[in-house]
Amino acid sequence: MVDTVFEIAANREIAKNTYEMVLSGETGDIRPGQFVNLKLEGFYLRRPISVCDYGEDSLTLIYKVVGRGTRYMSGLCKGAKIDALIGLGNGYDTSVSGGRPLLIGGGAGVPPMYALAKKLISEGKNPAVILGFNTKDEVFYEEEFRALGLDTYVTTTDGSYGIRGFVTDAMDMLPLRGDPTSPLPLPAGAGRAERKSYSYFYTCGPEPMLRAVYDKSVTSGQFSFEERMGCGFGACMGCTCRTKYGHKRICKDGPVLVKEEIVW
Amino acid sequence: MVNTKVALSGLVLDNPVIPASGTFGYGHEFAELYDINILGSFSFKGTTREPRFGNEPPRIAETASGMLNAVGLQNPGIDRVIGEELPKLRKVFHKPVVANISGFSVDEYAQCCERIDKEEQVGLIEVNISCPNVHRGGMSFGTSPESAAQVTKAVKAVTKKPVYMKLSPNVTDIAAIAKACEEAGADGISLINTLMGMRIDLKKRAPVIKNVTGGLSGPAVFPVALRMVWQVYEAVKIPIIGMGGVTTAEDVIEMMLAGATAVEVGAANLVDPFASKKIVEELPYVMERLHIENLTDIIGGAHNG
Ligand SMILES: Cc1cc2nc3c(=O)[nH]c(=O)nc-3n(C[C@H](O)[C@H](O)[C@H](O)COP(=O)(O)OP(=O)(O)OC[C@H]3O[C@@H](n4cnc5c(N)ncnc54)[C@H](O)[C@@H]3O)c2cc1C
Ligand SMILES: Cc1cc2nc3c(=O)[nH]c(=O)nc-3n(C[C@H](O)[C@H](O)[C@H](O)COP(=O)(O)O)c2cc1C
Ligand code: FES
Repeated sequence: MVDTVFEIAANREIAKNTYEMVLSGETGDIRPGQFVNLKLEGFYLRRPISVCDYGEDSLTLIYKVVGRGTRYMSGLCKGAKIDALIGLGNGYDTSVSGGRPLLIGGGAGVPPMYALAKKLISEGKNPAVILGFNTKDEVFYEEEFRALGLDTYVTTTDGSYGIRGFVTDAMDMLPLRGDPTSPLPLPAGAGRAERKSYSYFYTCGPEPMLRAVYDKSVTSGQFSFEERMGCGFGACMGCTCRTKYGHKRICKDGPVLVKEEIVW
Repeated sequence: MVNTKVALSGLVLDNPVIPASGTFGYGHEFAELYDINILGSFSFKGTTREPRFGNEPPRIAETASGMLNAVGLQNPGIDRVIGEELPKLRKVFHKPVVANISGFSVDEYAQCCERIDKEEQVGLIEVNISCPNVHRGGMSFGTSPESAAQVTKAVKAVTKKPVYMKLSPNVTDIAAIAKACEEAGADGISLINTLMGMRIDLKKRAPVIKNVTGGLSGPAVFPVALRMVWQVYEAVKIPIIGMGGVTTAEDVIEMMLAGATAVEVGAANLVDPFASKKIVEELPYVMERLHIENLTDIIGGAHNG
């Protein structure tokens, strides 16, 4: 964890009630799936936001306006300073992804998938991505994911854009291993059970979505969770949850948990 | 050079700044950030006889100038604190630590304190009779002079270490409870713990915190805490550790003028992990500015006659 004062380089609305904030300043060591904790003038607790993209001296966040703090953030102008604790949380483990990981982001859970996709690509993997939204006005970053060369599926609950339904409906539509449109060749003598459309998965989004993904998924995977936080760095026990491997602090031992340890 | 040293029942601290129980874990998260040996001491997470998960989440809510918590005394239990946390702590913290102990029966308090009495690293025992989050115990001991005295006596009987009783502010007469603890043999008084409060989520039309109520702390409670330290100072002769909303070196001085010998810093550590370090570093400058040479000279300094 590092405490950094960033300068806001950009802060613009990219979809309904959804803003992209670019921060410039030193970023140090960051992993996809980690988050930053922002100090906002006039608010006592910090606001945790996932890292969407990062470079050596810049950091991109995407946030949805849901309350007073995020509304305040949306009014911040280019040039303003903002204090952030960065490098928080465990982040996603990309070493176990296999060649065809599936990334599933829902709403405010889409942003961390972007940094993760870039990391997986840099490791020579070929991820596919499913982005879930409620409605057309809320869709963001489809182009950005396509620009990375990813097979990108967009769902909207009301069917106003892309595939009608939930991210789990898109999971059904992925080409199976060995299909002409799948990058995964079928090994000789493979049975039906091995025709999985992805090698592993990573997901972030509202809890009902995470649960649906959990039930639908056919491989192991990693889930990013949210909880109300006091500190964000493991000191207050404010964010503890139960797992099969004992009590974990979402902010420090998470926010990413592996499928096998989750207790709903 | 100013002198920041203070003494709590014979335990000399380099400075009066002590991170408060529940906001500093067992020290490790902060030891990764700075040398925690610059602190006067710190009070470790409230520890009970058995390991505890605590309350169901959400456990945290924001308030104007403060926060609510309903952690519910999550801790690994006294055995693991002695067997694992203290040995780990020894490597990064070389000063006596404050052991914060909680319980759900008089026996439990006594058993935990008896165990902690044998630990050389512990300089002082802070007995939390005030946690408002646990339905069965905590609250009740700190809300009547009789039960507060009962716990004090039981604990004093099993340890030679200084015993500081940590009081709840959720009472009508804090001075009476402090006095009862003093008469029962307490070496000092620690106050305040959190004030009971709640928030409601407007969209869900339900309490934000699963436990419904939580404990308020942060700058919002500072004036209340200061008033209670003032009242207790007038009522007892034993030293006081004052806390509640302390965020700056000036707040430390103000608490001491009201009657505190040392000061704990709680929620401030959570929103700024370097808060206690900054307070320690600023204290000498603020003292110089206020023409304070020896910090001990100002304890209770705002009480005339
Ligand atoms: C690890 C993590 C990563 C996150 N990443 C993103 C992201 O990339 N983009 C995004 O839009 N949102 C993200 N969130 C959710 C975001 O933190 C909340 O939307 C935000 O804190 C709401 O603040 P507010 O003042 O607008 O809302 P209010 O409801 O007014 O906030 C009141 C209090 O509740 C807390 N709170 C409210 N909602 C949440 C929530 N869902 N999770 C945790 N605390 C909450 C606030 O931090 C604040 O302390 C993330 C949450 C976590 C825990
Ligand atoms: C997250 C949190 C956890 C706490 N846990 C404990 C505890 O285990 N034992 C205890 O005696 N006090 C506990 N407290 C109370 C603090 O030690 C302190 O008395 C109170 O917060 C007032 O100080 P502050 O306003 O500086 O936070 C806790 C406070 C917070 C915010
Ligand atoms: S928010 Fe404090 S431990 Fe996770």
